[in-house]
Parts: sequence; C-alpha cells; structure tokens
Amino acid sequence: MIDFLAHLGRSGLHWLSLLGRASIFLFRVLRSQDAVVRRYRLTLIEIYSVGVRSLLIIVVSGLFVGMVLGYQGYITLVNFGAAEALGGVVALSLVRELGPVVTALLFAGRAGSALTAEIGLMKTTEQLSAMEMMAVDPYRRVFAPRFFAGFLSMPLLAAIFSAVGVMGGFIVGVGLLGVDSGSYFSQMQAVTDWREDVVSGVIKSIVFGFVVTWIAIFQGLDAEPTSEGISRATTQTVVASALAVLGLDFILTGLMFT
Amino acid sequence: MNDDRVADTPHVVVEDLVFRRGRKVVFDGLSLTVPRGRVTTVMGPSGTGKTTLLRLIGGQLRPDSGRIWVDGEEVARLSTRRLYALRKRMGMLFQTGALLTDMNVFENVAFPLREHTDLPEELIRNLVLMKLEAVGLRAARDLSPAELSGGMARRVALARAIALDPDMILYDEPFAGLDPITMGQIVTLIRRTNSTLGLTSVLVTHDVVEAMDISDHVVLIAEGRVMDAGTVEQVRAGASEWSEQFLDGRPDGPVPFHYPGDSYRDDLMRGRESGND
Amino acid sequence: MKLRYLEVSVGLFVLLGIAALFYLAIQVSNIVEYRDGDTYEVTAYFDHIGGLKARAPVTVSGVRIGRVSDIAYDPERFQARVTLAIRSGQDHLPADTQASIFTAGLLGEQYIGLEPGGDFEVLADGDEILFTQSALVLENMIGRVLTNFSSD
Ligand SMILES: Nc1ncnc2c1ncn2[C@@H]1O[C@H](COP(=O)(O)OP(=O)(O)O)[C@@H](O)[C@H]1O
Ligand SMILES: [Mg+2]
Repeated sequence: MIDFLAHLGRSGLHWLSLLGRASIFLFRVLRSQDAVVRRYRLTLIEIYSVGVRSLLIIVVSGLFVGMVLGYQGYITLVNFGAAEALGGVVALSLVRELGPVVTALLFAGRAGSALTAEIGLMKTTEQLSAMEMMAVDPYRRVFAPRFFAGFLSMPLLAAIFSAVGVMGGFIVGVGLLGVDSGSYFSQMQAVTDWREDVVSGVIKSIVFGFVVTWIAIFQGLDAEPTSEGISRATTQTVVASALAVLGLDFILTGLMFT
Repeated sequence: MNDDRVADTPHVVVEDLVFRRGRKVVFDGLSLTVPRGRVTTVMGPSGTGKTTLLRLIGGQLRPDSGRIWVDGEEVARLSTRRLYALRKRMGMLFQTGALLTDMNVFENVAFPLREHTDLPEELIRNLVLMKLEAVGLRAARDLSPAELSGGMARRVALARAIALDPDMILYDEPFAGLDPITMGQIVTLIRRTNSTLGLTSVLVTHDVVEAMDISDHVVLIAEGRVMDAGTVEQVRAGASEWSEQFLDGRPDGPVPFHYPGDSYRDDLMRGRESGND
Repeated sequence: MKLRYLEVSVGLFVLLGIAALFYLAIQVSNIVEYRDGDTYEVTAYFDHIGGLKARAPVTVSGVRIGRVSDIAYDPERFQARVTLAIRSGQDHLPADTQASIFTAGLLGEQYIGLEPGGDFEVLADGDEILFTQSALVLENMIGRVLTNFSSD
C-alpha cells in the first residue's frame, strides 16, 4: 500500500516535471519566434522539409480516404434512396474530422518523428552544445524555425487533404457509381457550413499543428543522448502525438459542434 | 592580443567549486587557475568530471557553490547577452568534433562568421580558407562531416573554434581514440595554434604522455579535488602517491583495481549457499 | 539547397494550401450564402417549425432569395418566431404573401417557400408575414387520417 502510494507520488512528480520542462521549452520557443522572420531562409528550409515533403503522402492518403468515403457512403445511403446526399456525407466527414485528424496523425508519423530524430541526434552529437558554445542560441537557430514550420504547414496540409478527399469522393460517387454530379455538389453545399464546419476544422488543424510540433521538438531535446534514447523518443513522439490529437479532437468537437 | 597589464593575471580562476549531478558529487571544493597564453592541461581518470569542468567554464552548467572567473568576469552571474559575448572570445573543441551534420566542411567553419558578422561573402571565403589551410584541410572543404575520419573532424572543429579569433580554446579529450600519426598532427596543431595566436589553451585529457609533452601547466584532478598542480617539472618532481600511480599508469595503488564492494570470497560463498537451497 | 528553389517550392506549397481552403469555402461549403449582401428582415410565426434550422433557404417558386436568420420561441404567442433575411433586391413581395415550411426530398432538410399574394402593398423591413403554414408533422397527419377514418 505504502509502496503503491510512493509509486503514485513518484510517477506524479515525474509527469509534473516533464510538463514543467515542456512548458518552459514552449515559452522559450515562442519568445524566440522573431527569428522566424529575421532568419527567413532557415524558416523556408524547415517549411520545405516539414510541409512540402509531406505533400505527397497527404495527397495520396486524402484521395484514398475520399474514395473510400464515397464508396461506403454510397452503400449506406442507397438503402434509403438518398444517394444524392453523398456529397454532403463525404464533405462533412472530411472537413470536420478526417481532414484535421488523419492529417495530424500522418504528420506526426512523417514529419514529427523526423523532427524528433533530427534534434535528438543533434543533442547526442553535441551539436546543440557546440552552438551554445559558439554563442549561437539553438532556440533561435534550430527550434523556432522548426516550430513555426510545423505550425504553418498543418492547416495547409489538412485543407489540401480535405479538398483532395472531396475530389476522391467525386471520382467514386459520380464517376463510378453514377450519382448525379449536380446533386453531389449542391448537397455538399447544403449541409456544409463555412463557419461551423470548415472554419472549425481549420481551427482543429491549427491546434493539432501546434501540439504535434511542440511534442516532436521537445521529445528530441528531452531525449536521452544515446541511440536507444533517440529511438525511444521517436516512438514517444508518434504515440504521444496520436493520443494528444485524438483526445483534443474529442474536446474540440464537443466545444465546437454542439 | 594581451596587453601587458593583463598578461600576468590568470585567464581562468576556479574557486572552491562544488557541483553535483543528482546525488553524485562531481566536484567537492575544486580550485585552480589557468595562466594566460599558456597550455594548461587538466588530467584525471575518466568520469572525474573533466568535460563537466569545461562546461562549467563555458557557462553551460552552473556551480552549486563556489565561483568561476573567466577574463575577470564571473561566469555564473553573467546575463545571457554578456555570456554570449564572452563565449565569442572562447573556442571549444568537443570530444567528437560536434560538427553540424547538415553542412559541409566549408560551411561549418563559416558558421560562426556568418552568425556573428556581416562580412561580405568574399571575405568569409578567404577567412575560411585561411583557417582550413592552418589545419591542413583546405582541400577537404566540400566534404560532409560524415565523410571525415575522427582526426579530420577534430581538425575541422579546431578550424571552426579559431574562426572568430578567440583568446582561449578549450579542448575536450583531443587525443582520445586517434592513431599515432593523427595524434601527432593534433599535438603539433595545438602547440602551433597556441604559440602563433598567443592564446590560452585548456586541455582536458587522460593521455599522460602527450599531455606532459605539450603542456606548460598541469592540474591533476580526482574524486572532485585537485591532487597536484603546477608546471610539468613541479608535478613530476613532487608528485603524490596518487599522482605517481596515475602518471605512470600503474594498475593498482591508492586507486584500487577493484571497484569497491564485498570481498570476492564472500560473493562466491553466497552463490553456493543460494545454489544449495 | 538553392534559395530560389526553396522560395519557389515553399511558395507553391502555401499557394496550394490556400487554394484548397478556397475550394473548401466556395465549392464545398455555403460561404456564398454569407454574401447575400444587403438584406431586410421580416418575421413569421409558425405553430410548428418541424426541423427548420437557422440559415435554411428562403425561396419563391423554388428560387432562393434569402435565408432564415433566426429562430426563437415567443412565450406570449406560444408560437415559433422565425426571422427571414431577404435580399434587398427582392423588395416586391406583396404584404399578403404566405410562408410555408417545406421539405426538400425525403431526407432533405427543410426550407421556407413564399407564395406571393395579390396585395399592392409590399413587405418592408420589420414587417410580419401574417399567413403561414407550419411544417407537416408525420404523427399529426397519421392521427388526422385515423380520426377521419373513425368518423366515417
Ligand atoms: N547529463 C548528465 N547527467 C547525469 N550525470 C552526468 C551527466 N553528464 C555527466 N554525468 C556524470 O558526471 C560525471 C563526470 O562526467 P564527465 O565530466 O563527462 O567526465 P569525464 O569527462 O572526466 O570523463 C560522471 O560520473 C558522469 O556519470
Ligand atoms: Mg569527457
């Protein structure tokens, strides 16, 4: 019993200190954001490696998710004689949920893990220390541009995912299954509200971009400086990001779509 | 670089330094001075905290108590801005070189110049080539850090450390894991850098022979304290029992061969008892 | 990496993202309806609005001329008060226009259909539509049919 309490206290303290370190880190990164503009070349490089290089996987996944939605939606709706409503079903699912959430999960796997590994390796090989000793602040030089790149890329990627998904649904629903093209889009517009659905989805993806990038960079910096430590941190980034995204999605959905 | 007024004042002063890592006490009242313009070597067994000492001098770690002055400034009390200004006058050579892996050799040496100066590209190029020539790697400027051997990486790191013309260079284990030829090259480089640029060099190492070779001053540390300090001759002459063992590399002495613990016999007996259960 | 290449590819990426957002706004969602321009508001009271939602279309002869801007319950009249925002261009609706709640398709959502009357006076901002027809509620209809049967 005492052991259990001690264990509880210890892991509580562990989490508290982790959260504390992560918060201090976030504060310092945000305070260094002026470097994003001043060193815009570094920022461009990071947007390239975080955003542009995630584009392919996002477009391909968006297309397939949209096609599957079109197919499954059709099978369900046709039973009610409401196949015309397909456009609405596809668009709502994408814009509200699948766009932001699936993009965030893919982003965590593709870009987040890479960020963690890169920064973990920089720490392990003392590159971060070396920068500090050369009077170069790693927060400005390394973390701030990466954080901004993740934060900016996520909503753009999510929007691309949803747009491509809508087209995927169109290809399957209209092209293959014969839903009327006019109804596909008019039904879509009838049920998808700009502010309540599209803007809410964008807000979700902004929050996800913030949190996933934060987790990824912090895990890299907090990694134990060994190869095992880096691999553990990389895994942790993906797991923690996925949990954070799904948990936050639940909360945000509750707040926004009542 | 050093005018006469400050020529005799020590470059680094460490006074009563106490530093802990968790429960482990790394330094327990360590005091030493590093004279200006000389090569000072800090020697001690692995794990005594030599790297830690360099980090404390560079202001990356803060002492739990005691004080460290560099160039008359107390490191732990400096604001970030002043600390960074101090670090620009201080080069550090990390054990592994710590080159930035996303740039080639040229860009690594150019890095401090680009970060801290607004020099035109032309001038940066000349400076970088000059520093690379000094370490004999001008022709390797397009290689990436992954393509360099350990010795080459350390030489590039040295070129980078002297890029901003510092007053002092800190070397962390510059000889570790090098073949004899490369070791000789590095020894020559350190000596030459020191004499031609007139800077203060602080070496941290456990390689006794090379260190004694190039040092003016030697500080032996172990168990968080200074065991012996002085010029090479002084230390050789008046070495304590501990220092003798360390300098001669004898396996047993005041520092026991065995990690402290129960006697071997007791351990074996216990194994038999539990085996009989 | 060349700065030029970076700038161009990152620029294209950001443009693509913004284009996707535009696509979601214009092609996928109803942002067009947010741009009705100037509107004037009239109210109508219904006994029952069925499943009518705010922002549902308001049509005449099937052509959309505005949307439902607000739905509230009026505790004094024991009726639902529906506010309609109608485009300023459509200012010729007779005062005795009737408003009915219809359903589009079997599963479709509900909308308001206006049927112009013959009055020379026209509806203006703040006026009330006096003639209304509530939404058809399936249970009520079945109940009425059953009553008719039993009274026969
Ligand atoms: N980041 C750290 N966390 C905890 N202990 C550390 C850390 N770095 C070093 N130590 C401990 O501090 C002591 C001194 O380490 P170090 O300065 O690297 O020794 P040296 O360079 O002399 O081999 C060692 O016992 C090591 O275990
Ligand atoms: Mg060391």
